[in-house]
Amino acid sequence: MTSLKQLSEREERLTGGHRLCAGCGASIIVRQILLATDYPVAVSCATGCLEVSTTLYPYTAWKTPFIHNAFENSAVTISGAEAMFRAQKRIGNIPEDAKVKFIAFGGDGGTYDIGIQSLSGAMERGHDMLYVCYNNEAYMNTGIQRSSATPRGAATTTSPAGTVIPGKKEYPKDLTEVMAGHHLPYVAQASPGYYNDLIKKVEKAMEIEGPKFLNTISPCPRGWRHPANAAIKVGKLAVDCCFWPLYEVIDDDYELTGQSKKIADGKRDKIPVADYLKTQGRFKHLFAPKNEELLENIQKEVDKRWERLIKLSQL
Amino acid sequence: MGKTLALAGNFAAAYASKQINPQVVAAYPITPQTTMMEKFSEYVANGEVDTELVCVESEHSAMSACVGAAAAGGRVITSTAANGLALMFEVVYIASSLRLPITMCVMNRALSGPINIHGDHSDAMGVRDSGWIQIFNENPQEVYDTMFQACKIGEHKDVRLPVMVNLDGFITSHKIERVDTLDDKQVTDYIGPFETMYSLIDTDNPVTYGPLDLFDYYFEHKRQQVEAMKHALPVAKSVMRDYSKQFDRDYDIMEDYYLDDADYAIVTMSSTAGTTKFVVDKLRAEGKKVGLLKLRLFRPFPAEEVREKLAGLKQIAVLDRSDSFGAFGGPLFTEVRNALYELDERPGVVDYVFGLGGRDINAEQITSVYERLMSATERLAGDVNYLGVRGE
Repeated sequence: MTSLKQLSEREERLTGGHRLCAGCGASIIVRQILLATDYPVAVSCATGCLEVSTTLYPYTAWKTPFIHNAFENSAVTISGAEAMFRAQKRIGNIPEDAKVKFIAFGGDGGTYDIGIQSLSGAMERGHDMLYVCYNNEAYMNTGIQRSSATPRGAATTTSPAGTVIPGKKEYPKDLTEVMAGHHLPYVAQASPGYYNDLIKKVEKAMEIEGPKFLNTISPCPRGWRHPANAAIKVGKLAVDCCFWPLYEVIDDDYELTGQSKKIADGKRDKIPVADYLKTQGRFKHLFAPKNEELLENIQKEVDKRWERLIKLSQL
Repeated sequence: MGKTLALAGNFAAAYASKQINPQVVAAYPITPQTTMMEKFSEYVANGEVDTELVCVESEHSAMSACVGAAAAGGRVITSTAANGLALMFEVVYIASSLRLPITMCVMNRALSGPINIHGDHSDAMGVRDSGWIQIFNENPQEVYDTMFQACKIGEHKDVRLPVMVNLDGFITSHKIERVDTLDDKQVTDYIGPFETMYSLIDTDNPVTYGPLDLFDYYFEHKRQQVEAMKHALPVAKSVMRDYSKQFDRDYDIMEDYYLDDADYAIVTMSSTAGTTKFVVDKLRAEGKKVGLLKLRLFRPFPAEEVREKLAGLKQIAVLDRSDSFGAFGGPLFTEVRNALYELDERPGVVDYVFGLGGRDINAEQITSVYERLMSATERLAGDVNYLGVRGE
């Protein structure tokens, strides 16, 4: 793996001066991913925080070719560019050994929800591309509305913690598993809190030809209601409580990685989910006595998914 | 010259696409477009083209893939119809605003609901304000030739806009007619190599496509798009005329048929122009001063040219193969009538909406329209009528 020192010497391909919020997980994720590779890259991005904040005309924060098409089509848009790249190689307009890595970014809205069809299609067609979801677990760009990635109990503007309903009623969709069901050469889950694990995964993905999917949890100070300096810490806690396990699926073979592997091996403690939830204002109401049972149920669901993942990793 | 072939409209479009040999084709099947894509898939499977065929999971993705591919730089073709075009609506606007010359065949079909698979123009008219150049074609020969003209017009440096090549669903898409083709070299020489601008895969010269563009710049960008559309008109004219000269054809942005000395005319588009010509022949044989104006280029709308062609006529009927609910007449009628406003002596203009959902239009019906024009004792006053529908 590239050392931290080496990473610090690489050129930033997402420059500073963009308008993302202080402490936003998305820009940290994108910078880490782009630093993790030396290959030239072409990027697409779904409509969302990342796109609006990095490309406010006449400025752009991208030192790579970049395309934003619409909300639901980041995956297919870059797949079209990748198809053109292959076609231009075939007819000799681009040298056969030329390398461009195609990366699509999308938030959980553009990935789990409105963009899932485009993502599924692009992955099934086998384009040589990496799709990265920066999952901040709600529609943050439009003002913190719930998505299918929003955790149960989280308060959002369309699933507020009311006097009758305590936040979002449903557990989040497990999109990483949905993508694993596409039997891709590479599927992984990562957190910017564990940057070394994230970098390793990107390095690995870049050497694998074909469709790759990387789901990263993306702490959002505004939507999650935590301090702007806490994104990395919160990103770690999500992993430490096994709400967001670090793992990869290479050709259908599950492997826990980094901190999650250490937890599974008994080398690190699995902390209670409550320790993660209490760092964020969106879960504040869960700690009222009347929501005790809900809190227990959330712990049970996390345990259930975690146990299942351990079993899959032992196959 | 190439071979003379018997081709349905869809196969003419597919054959022309094969000769264009685009770098990327991305499409999703929909009736009555399917046979074009099936035929093109055969060319790909048999190694007759160098094209990367992207079989997407929806029309929204078809146009999205076209945008990504065209931004990367190269020729891109797609095709669709009706609901497919409606599904890609959002990205149709994005393609033109990014100034990407993509060619899209639309086998014009009625929009749902109720669902109907047959021909009318409601799909293309639904995107008439989307910033695409729109050309309507009468028969498979026109479809074939227009495919090459579309490359030339859309890729012109003063234009750089996507082009929609329209043909009537089933009526033209599936009717087999004689098509005089060009040979492959003629096509390659005519269209020339694609000139890439601002490639998304040129990583040494990175560009940002599709930034957030607010009230401080958006308006200027839209204004530039207007300018590109304005340029498209003279470019389309010269491309169609040059093409005709080069390959012994007779194309222009519109076709007038016995219009010079006519008093009464029908204005229409696509396959119905063929039926109308038959009626004009018959009435001319009876000494009636009737004519036809067939528009090929609908966007940009050639208002000045339409006005010149129709000046001096007594009565005009516009045949619209789609309606515009709540508007004063169909889309073609409103454009034509608007274009005539500047005339000191304006002809009477009436609208006939016809053929919705593939309802057949026949010579008797078209004859009845001419008869009404000829028998009117006063200038007709812009009424909107429905031709060939029960209860009228």
